[in-house]
Formats: sequence, C-alpha cells, structure tokens
Amino acid sequence: MSGAQNPSKRVEVRAPMSGVFYRRPGPDQETYVEVGDPVRKKQVLALLETMKVFQSVKSPVAGKIMEIAAQNEAALKDNDLMFVIEKA
Amino acid sequence: MFRKILIANRGEIALRIIRSCREMGVLTVAVCSEADQDSLHLSLAHERVGIGPPPSQKSYLNLENILKAAKETGADAIHPGYGYLAERADFAARCEAEGLAFIGPTPGNLKLAGDKLAAKTTAVSAGVPVIPSSPGPVATVQDAVAMCGEMGYPVMIKSAAGGGGRGIRMCEDEATLLEEFPIARMESGASFGRDALYIEKFIPQPRHIEFQVLSDTQGHVTHLGERECTIQRRFQKLIEESPSPLVTPQLRREMGDAAVAVAEAAHYVNAGTVEFLVDPDGHYYFMEINARIQVEHPVTELTTGIDLVKEQIRLASGEPLGYGFDDLHLRGWAMECRINAEDPDRNFAPCPGTVARYRPPGGFGVRLDTHLYQGYELPIFYDSLLAKLVAYDLTREGAVEIMKRALREFIIEPIKTTIPLYLRVMEDPRFLQGDFHTGFIQDFVPEEADADEA
Repeated sequence: MSGAQNPSKRVEVRAPMSGVFYRRPGPDQETYVEVGDPVRKKQVLALLETMKVFQSVKSPVAGKIMEIAAQNEAALKDNDLMFVIEKA
Repeated sequence: MFRKILIANRGEIALRIIRSCREMGVLTVAVCSEADQDSLHLSLAHERVGIGPPPSQKSYLNLENILKAAKETGADAIHPGYGYLAERADFAARCEAEGLAFIGPTPGNLKLAGDKLAAKTTAVSAGVPVIPSSPGPVATVQDAVAMCGEMGYPVMIKSAAGGGGRGIRMCEDEATLLEEFPIARMESGASFGRDALYIEKFIPQPRHIEFQVLSDTQGHVTHLGERECTIQRRFQKLIEESPSPLVTPQLRREMGDAAVAVAEAAHYVNAGTVEFLVDPDGHYYFMEINARIQVEHPVTELTTGIDLVKEQIRLASGEPLGYGFDDLHLRGWAMECRINAEDPDRNFAPCPGTVARYRPPGGFGVRLDTHLYQGYELPIFYDSLLAKLVAYDLTREGAVEIMKRALREFIIEPIKTTIPLYLRVMEDPRFLQGDFHTGFIQDFVPEEADADEA
C-alpha cells in the first residue's frame, strides 16, 4: 500500500500528539507536498493544530513522499500515521 | 429581568454564567459543538442545543447557528462569555436586530474597543496618559523607520485590530524593524483580516495593571479596584491578583479615576476592563479596553463581594448601577492561577488527553472554576485553559499559603499542566515581595526554540 519498494528505506511520519492535520498553510493556498514529491530533511510537510497551537510537521529525512495517510483537516490521535517517505 | 439566557460559550466560563443565572432564577440554554457532547456545562443548564461541528468557526463562532438556537428555545438574551463572539460588534448588532439582548457592551463600544488606535484617541480625549505611539496607522516600512528614529528604540509593532497580546512584535533597533515590519503586516492581515499597523514605544520592565469597570445604561460608571496581571508569558496572563502589591491608595484613586474617565468618554455600558502599563518609575499609561467579562474576574469578585456576571445581567436588563467605588468594602487578598494543559518543561506545548485521575482542591479560601471531571477527554479543538484556581485570605501572605496548599492538592493525571510552575513561583522571593515585571516568568522557563520549530 505504501508503495515503498525497499522496506529498509521506508520512513513513517507519525503525529507527535493528537491534533487537527492541515495539508496547506491556509484554506486557499497550495498543499505543502503531494505523493511523489521529493523532500529535503526538515522540509515542512503539514501543520498540526492542538488546542489552538500550531506546529509544523517536518520531514525527518531526505527522500520522496510515497503516501499521505492522513486526510486534510482530520482530527488525528497521538501516533497516527501521517506520511510514508522513501529515504533517499 | 430576563426569563431565559442562552450562553454562547463552553468550558469553565459557561458553567460560571449558568451558576449565576440559576441563582437569579433565570432559565439557561447551553450550546455545544459535536466535540463537546460530554461537557459539564450541558448538564447544569436547563436546555442544550447543538450548534455544529467541532471546529470553532463552524460552531462557537457560527453566529447564525447561535441566533437560531436562541430563537428556537425562546431565549430573550445571550451571554457571550469571553473569547469567541464576545467582542464582535456585528454579533451584538445582530442580537439587537433580532430582538435579543446582548449581555455586554453596545456594538459601538465593541467597535471602539476593537480599534486600538481609536481607543487610545478616546483615552487622550479623557486626559489619560497613553504610551507614545504613531499618531495613526503606519503604512510603509520607510514611514516606520522615520517614526522610530524620532521616538527612539526599542519599539513594538502592533496591529490596530489585535488584542489579547496577539500580533505584537518587539524591535530593539532599526535592523530588526526592517526585518519584522513586513512580517507583522502579513500576520496582521492573516489573523485579523486587516493590516493596519501602528508603532508604540516599548516600556521596559513594565507591570500590567487593569481596572474593572461597570456602567449602566443611564451613564453611571464605577470601577471596582485593580487587578495585577503582570505574571505573563508572551502576553498571555498566568497569575492575577487583587489588590496589586504595587498600588497605593493614592495610585488606586488616580488610576481608578482614569479608568472611569476612559469609560465615560467611550460612553461605555456594562462590564469592561481598562488596562494600563506602569513603568518602573510609577508612571501609568492607558493600553486598551477589554470589552468583556475577563478570565481573571474572580479575584475582583472575592475582594469586593460582588458577582460580576450577575451585575452584567442586571445592567443589561436596564437596571441602574446603584453604587460607586466609595460604597464598596474592599477586603482581603485574592490570587488566581490559570491551570493550563501545557507542559512548562517543553516550551508550554499543549497536552491533550483524558483525565484519568482527578482530585480537585478545596477547603478554606479556595475557589475553583473548572469544567473538568474524572474521565473527561480534553477536546483538541479548543484552548488549553482547564481551571482557574483562586485563593483568598485577609493578607497576601495568607493567600499565597492557601494557593500553595491547594496547588499541591490538585491532581489532573496524566495531563501535563502549569501547576508545577506555579509552585515554584509561589516560593520565589521576588514574587513574595511583589517585586516583578512582565518578563518575570522567563527566568523560570528558559525560552527554547519556537513551538513551530519542533
């Protein structure tokens, strides 16, 4: 499902706490990333809003987005899967 | 007097308002989003109405759904609490148009208080000192540089539509101003839907002292003494007390008169707060009008013996104020700690979860305003205020001892809260002497990277 060919290169990005998941910085702005996009380490992938505080979700590695597991504006629980990345 | 009041809010303040209504024999309608179905305020109200999905924009800020709920339940008044729709002039005007009483200031009052520059102009017209600032909105970074060259650094960039500490940027020098001004303009546009910025001289090491005012519709105004709100983090208040350790009877008289003069000049109605900064030399400056019941109102209630929510309801129904400051008997010392679901050891990161073990404090001199109970799941959609713990005694020393004892009794597991931070503050010699300024809390929580950098 994730599409990652090499399991050893599969990196999961999970929610550090519960919160609302946003794929774009504002309602009428572009998404941060799409499936297939190359990403740098520390590149912002999404925002997570918890109790009115926003934190940016950053890529832990350089690589390629294989899967976006969370829906935009979904309420995520702590440790829910957000992204699958194939490490470069 | 009203027959039925709809409370357009959630959390502790909804409970607080319902309680006063019940004592007055007024029926109550609670509203809730889909995320708040198990919220405590619903079980204390006479009726409940769902007003939409979890995000605030779709429920607690959904003016149409709230007005519809009021109509359907036959409410004759709406109490907005604080936050959400409390300071929205358009909402107050709509209530009026629909034949509902808005328990709060007039739409005109809200418009004035919401425009920080217009509010300052009103204070100047009342002869009240204000912080030196740009005479109007500053449009370009070139204008900002010229202005600050004259005024002298450091300065603060503020949003005319801002408030509650949001959208404020401090600039030590011209280089920082050049960098920050364009960012402030973007942020202000994003948060408040308009980008009028103004520049104010930065007052170093100030104290934040505010005066509660009440006004009736016939033009009688009084203040109810001050609240010391200097203990803050990033302009968000954490600990408030009344009286202030700084304020002498003479200063209380002067600042109280100034607060009343501002309220009169603004033709203010109902409950409000006039906020001041006091510099280290004891000069006070008007800052802004908060046109709502405030989070920290209980400390004034304990020292005056006056239920401010009942007064709001009474005044909104057209009754006269009936007393002035000299008729009050101020007594004792009250101190409030805001218990937030935030981890002070991790840069105040929010901490949602389920309250598995709950033990509220009690006993002599303790007031607890909270919507918590054992098994309550904190929604992720709303702010992190869990409880307001208020200690009251005849002296400040006594109130501090009660606060320490109550903080130690309070268990909200496994949620990380600000309780451990307050226990440290209560032992601090400078705090105990009443010697502090708005940067005080920084010494307890060394600033880490922004939460955004996590």
